[in-house]
Amino acid sequence: MSAALQAISKAESVDFGRRTVVIRAASLSVRLSFRTVAVGVVLIALTLLACLFGLGFGSFQVSVPDVAKALLGQGPEIIQTLVVKWRLSRVVLAVLIGLALGLSGAIFQSLTRNPLGSPDVVGFSTGAYTGTLIAIVFIGTSQGLMIGGALVGGIATALGVYLLAYKRGVHGFRLIVVGIALTAMLGSVNSYLLLNSELWQAKMAAVWGAGSINGLDWSEVRVVAIALAIVVPPTLLLSRQMNAMEMGDDASAALGIRVEPIRLALVVLGVALIAVTSAFAGPIAFVALAAPHIARALTRGTGALLVPSAIVGAALLVVCDIIAQWIFEPIILPVGLVTIVLGGAYLVWLLSRQTRREYS
Amino acid sequence: MTLLDAPEVDTRPTLEARRISFGYQDRPIGVDLDLVIPDQSFTVIVGPNACGKSTLLRALSRLLKPTSGEVVLDGRDISSYPSKEVARRLGLLPQTSLAPDGITVADLVARGRFPYQSALRQWSKADEKAVSAALSATGTTSLSTRLVDELSGGQRQRVWVAMVLAQETPLLLLDEPTTFLDIAHQIGLLELFKELNRERGHTIVAVLHDLNHAARYASHLIAMRHGEIVASGTPAEVLTEEIVERVFDLPCRVIEDPVSGAPLVLPDGQPTH
Repeated sequence: MSAALQAISKAESVDFGRRTVVIRAASLSVRLSFRTVAVGVVLIALTLLACLFGLGFGSFQVSVPDVAKALLGQGPEIIQTLVVKWRLSRVVLAVLIGLALGLSGAIFQSLTRNPLGSPDVVGFSTGAYTGTLIAIVFIGTSQGLMIGGALVGGIATALGVYLLAYKRGVHGFRLIVVGIALTAMLGSVNSYLLLNSELWQAKMAAVWGAGSINGLDWSEVRVVAIALAIVVPPTLLLSRQMNAMEMGDDASAALGIRVEPIRLALVVLGVALIAVTSAFAGPIAFVALAAPHIARALTRGTGALLVPSAIVGAALLVVCDIIAQWIFEPIILPVGLVTIVLGGAYLVWLLSRQTRREYS
Repeated sequence: MTLLDAPEVDTRPTLEARRISFGYQDRPIGVDLDLVIPDQSFTVIVGPNACGKSTLLRALSRLLKPTSGEVVLDGRDISSYPSKEVARRLGLLPQTSLAPDGITVADLVARGRFPYQSALRQWSKADEKAVSAALSATGTTSLSTRLVDELSGGQRQRVWVAMVLAQETPLLLLDEPTTFLDIAHQIGLLELFKELNRERGHTIVAVLHDLNHAARYASHLIAMRHGEIVASGTPAEVLTEEIVERVFDLPCRVIEDPVSGAPLVLPDGQPTH
C-alpha cells in the first residue's frame, strides 16, 4: 500500500497558504490541512484522557492508571465492575451525545450561513419540551412516553418551521426568523402547560428540561449508538455539498448541486442528531452552538468542519459532565446546567471580542 | 477515423433556447423566446432593469426551469443531463456569491472542482492542474494564499472568475460580472473575458449594463425588453439609434467609437417613459 500511496506536501503547484497533506492512491485522493489533522489528533487524545479521568471520578475515586487497567480487564474485580459496568456507560454516552451535538451544530451553522445557527433555530428543543410537557401533564410519565413526547414535539416543530420558511426554497435567514417566532410561541405554550400542571409534574419536566445524562446506562448507549451509526455517515458524505452551498444557492447550483433536496436532507439529518440526544438527555444547551466555533478557531479552517466540530462536541460534553459531577459533590448536577454556564460565558466572550474587533 | 478534416460538430459546445417561457410562480417573465448562442461567440445580453436578462441567464443555465419549451445544451435538453454533467459543460458566475468566512483564494477556486469530485476522489492531479491554470489565467496566482475578504472588489471578482474557470467548461455564463467595479477594473475584466474567448476558445455569454462595453467586446449582441428579444446580431446591427430608443426608452445618438470603431451610444435627451 505504501508504494502506491504518495503523500506530497511541498510539490503541489497550488499554494493554499498553509501546510496541506495530499494523499493519492489509485482513484482515491484527499487534501487535508495539516493543522486540522493535528488538532483532531490532539483533541481525541485529550478527550480520551478526560474519559479515563471521568471513569475514575465519583464517590469512590479510582486513579487513571487503575482505570486503564480495569478497562483492559486487569486489577481488582470490584474496580473493574465499578469502572466498566457502572461508569463506562455514562462516559460513552457523553462522548456520543457530544459528537451528535457538535455535528448538528456544524450542520445548522453551515446551512444558515450564520454563526449563531444551531439546531435551536428550527425550534427543536422548545418543541421537544412542549411534547414532553404534554406527555407528562396529559398522558403519563413513563420514560417511553416522555421520549415519545420529546421526539414528536421536536420533530413536528422542526417540520413546521421548515414548511413555514419554505417559499421557493428555504433560505437560511428565513429559517432563523421563523424559528425564533415559533420558538417564542411555543415558549408561552410551555409556560401555560407548566402553570396548569401539578407540582410533581412541573418538577419532572424541569429535570428533563435541564438536560442530564444522570441515570442512563447501556440500554440507552446502544440505542444512541445505533442511531448515530445510521445518521452520521450520510452527514459526512454531504460535507462537500455543504461547503459548496456556503457560497450561495446560485453558485452551488451552478456547480451541479441540487440545493433544495440537499438542504432538506441536511435539516433532517441535523434534526435527527439533536433528536437522538434530546430523547434521552433532554436539551443540552450550547454545545451545538459552541463546538463549531471552537473547531473553527482551533483549526483555522473553513467550511462545515464536521469532524472537528464533532470531536470538540465530544470533548466539551465529557469535560462538562465531569464538572457536573464534581462541582457540588456529592450532588450531581444536570450536565445541561454546566454547558449553559460555560457555553454562555464563552458566547458572551466570543461576541464581545467580535464586536470589539468590528467597532474599534 | 478517416474524416480527420471533418469539422468536429458534435464536440462543439452549443446552447440554444427553443420557445422557452420562464418566470416565477405568479409572474411570467419571458414568453416563447427563441435564441441561439453562436458557437465560440462572446455574446452579450443587454436591456433595461427588470427586462428579464438575468432570469434568462438563469434559465439557460438550468438554475430556473422553463415553464415551457426547452433549453438545448450540446444537442440535448439541459434538464435531461445529470446536474454535475451540466456543471462540466457550462459554468455560471452568478450576480451574487458569498465567500465563506476566512476562506483563502486557493480554497475558493478549488471549490470550482466540485463537479469532478466525489467522496473518494477529492483532490486529484487534474483538480490541482485546473486550479493552478485558473489562477494563472486570471492573474491571481500571487493572491492564492490571501483571504478573499481582504481583496479589493476587482481582485475578488477575478477570483470568482477563476473559480468558474476551474470548472473547465467550454461555456461561460456571466451575470453582470462588472457591476460595482471601477472603470479600470471593468475593462481589465472584459479584456480577460476577451482573452478567454479568443485565445482559449470559451464561448461566453454575459449580461452587461454598459452598452459601450457591450459594443466593444461582444461579437454577438442580444437586446431584451419586457421579457422579449427585441434584436440580436452584431453590435453594429443592434446598436442603432432606433433600436436603443425602443429598448431603453432613451433618445440617443450613435457614432463610431474613435478607439475601437464599434458603435458608441450617446444619450441625447430625457428618458421617454
